[in-house]
Amino acid sequence: MKPHTLSVLVENKAGVLSRVTGLFSRRGFNIESLAVGPCEEPGMSRITIVVIGDDAQVEQVMKQLNKLVEVIKVSDLTENERVERELALIKVTAEQGSSRADIMQIAAIFRAQIVDVGAKSLILQVIGDTEKIDALEKLLRQYGIKEFVRTGTVGILRGSKTVSSSK
Amino acid sequence: MKTGAKILVESLQREGVETIFGYPGGQILPVYDELYDSSLRHILVRHEQAAAHAADGYARASGRVGVCLATSGPGACNLVTGIATAYMDSVPIIAITGQVPTTMLGNDAFQESDITGITMPVTKHSYLVKKTDEISRVVQEAFYIAGSGRPGPVLIDLPKDTQTGMAKDVPRAEKVVLRGYNPTYKGHTRQIDKVISLIIEAERPLIYAGGGVISSNASAELISLATTLGIPVTTTLMGIGCMPCDHPLNLGMLGMHGTEYANFAVTESDLLIAIGARFDDRVTGKITDFAPHAKIVHIDIDPAEIGKNKRVDVPVVGDVRAVLTDMLNSIKKKGVHDIWLKKIQHWREHHPLTYKKDGRLHPQYILHQMNELLKGDATIVSEVGQNQMWTAQHFCFRRPRSWITSGGLGTMGYGFPAAIGAHFARPDLPVFDVAGDGSIQMNIQELGTVAQYKIPVKIAILNNMYLGMVRQWQELFFDRRYSYTELPSVDFVKIANAYGVEGVRVETCEDVMPALKESLACEGAFVIDFRIEREDNVFPMVPAGAAINEMIGGHPR
Repeated sequence: MKPHTLSVLVENKAGVLSRVTGLFSRRGFNIESLAVGPCEEPGMSRITIVVIGDDAQVEQVMKQLNKLVEVIKVSDLTENERVERELALIKVTAEQGSSRADIMQIAAIFRAQIVDVGAKSLILQVIGDTEKIDALEKLLRQYGIKEFVRTGTVGILRGSKTVSSSK
Repeated sequence: MKTGAKILVESLQREGVETIFGYPGGQILPVYDELYDSSLRHILVRHEQAAAHAADGYARASGRVGVCLATSGPGACNLVTGIATAYMDSVPIIAITGQVPTTMLGNDAFQESDITGITMPVTKHSYLVKKTDEISRVVQEAFYIAGSGRPGPVLIDLPKDTQTGMAKDVPRAEKVVLRGYNPTYKGHTRQIDKVISLIIEAERPLIYAGGGVISSNASAELISLATTLGIPVTTTLMGIGCMPCDHPLNLGMLGMHGTEYANFAVTESDLLIAIGARFDDRVTGKITDFAPHAKIVHIDIDPAEIGKNKRVDVPVVGDVRAVLTDMLNSIKKKGVHDIWLKKIQHWREHHPLTYKKDGRLHPQYILHQMNELLKGDATIVSEVGQNQMWTAQHFCFRRPRSWITSGGLGTMGYGFPAAIGAHFARPDLPVFDVAGDGSIQMNIQELGTVAQYKIPVKIAILNNMYLGMVRQWQELFFDRRYSYTELPSVDFVKIANAYGVEGVRVETCEDVMPALKESLACEGAFVIDFRIEREDNVFPMVPAGAAINEMIGGHPR
């Protein structure tokens, strides 16, 4: 059992997301993260799904995904050199004084940006892979995280290779 | 400019549809109004579930796409079991449902249900059509998707305002192009060559043929392959009929209620060639002990079936008929497996399918009498349970599409309405629904349909006043604790008569043949209430979790 990052090219039509996620829930798989958005082709969307399962289970889900009429291409990025990123927004309790300075220092180390400054809180924006965001969250916990949102992983192959769109 | 309803009806006709099965209601009224003076024949069923099963029976008997129609909400929901049945057995049907107007979608309007959502896991594809001008394209696509590749059900949900809206008539496209849907028909040549060399090397090869052989119309190719290479064939429940039952190479059905010789052959084979089959648990028993000495070849049009349940040595993705044709073309010499066939013959002689011949009314006797009377020239439909397994074991099927049964989902109540559909597909053949007293009561209201349209479906009820298959399990595995499986006696003849359908009750062996003949002579539908031995079991049987060669109720080895 290990995390697999699947890149799924789909037609941007009502109901596609629910067809795709339904194939996971039907098998009792929990989706770790999900990110959807338009992509390089007009009328298409790319879904990046991170799911934990053994290789055979993931292969079966991929084959089932391929059977969906509105799914154009399914790739497992896991075995390839790739870039994976997610973006997180973290609202941290930061009273005036030393904690605020500490937080700003941590933010700098993680190359996180302060995108909002309130009287009693800061919002940090950080981009990175899952581990980096997890690490930052862990560090900030001691100051009090009021709210934490993340986009889910998006992934792309390194080099000029692409997840081609032929099925 | 035409209304959406008119475009729908004309689009169906352009796809060659002649008969549809349905039930009207508020949100599908514009379509029904269009049907009123259309040449499209509509059969009014008595429950929407029956419409879906009838479309399915029509599709299985004809090889064409079946169509059913229902209103929104409860009507659509009543189709679900029928759609799921078709999905599990890869049957091409189109289910058309009315829907509340687009402006009211999602508002919990009267008789609204999210039927595309509800049926998502049991349809090959579905459409919620929000614009009238999409209807003709959607219908054409739906038929293409349902009937091509691995066939399956497609749902078209039509909000009322798209039915009443106006649009220009769009001509039928020459070809449907769907970027995300391109089934593979031709098998990979190198894989096919590998299969052939495996067959040449094999000493104990066995073909395991499933419903894919029937749905790709590959019976002739299968028989030709088996006879050319001298390979015995066992079929799944869904594959029955792809080879005549009395063909010397046909070992009958394998699996939980398969023949002993078929199951022994699987266990001892050194090459198992699965063709259009999916290694279902009722076939394999304990999967790790299924064909333990065999290399496995899997020919199937659906890549997702390859390696799903069992590791495969040589997969061939493609249409069964196309692949078998290519195989036949590249086979250079005949194959001989005399020692293997002799061994199988020995099993066949010492482990035949049997039943008690003590003069009492046993269900197997009835099936043998049916066999004698019909000689394979009939469409036989079954319900689900003991009636289904006895028919699969004891009726001699001689051609594809003559056996129609709910295999994957195992839907009780399927048989009678499916038999109605089968009649419209093959009106030239007598149609029998072999039923149990439990199953028949799940869609018995269709007596109204067969009476109204004078549909000559013959219903042979193997009546043991039990939910027989469940009772059998309770007898064998639950210490005869018959928890809620006993059914009180029902006078089925009286029920039939009340609908205007004729029938007789049969209690002795002597009365079986005369009753069968009377049913055939009757112009309309006919019910035969066979009062069979109450506690007859389906044997042999592979207990749950056992390997398929560990059968009970067979002959000592």
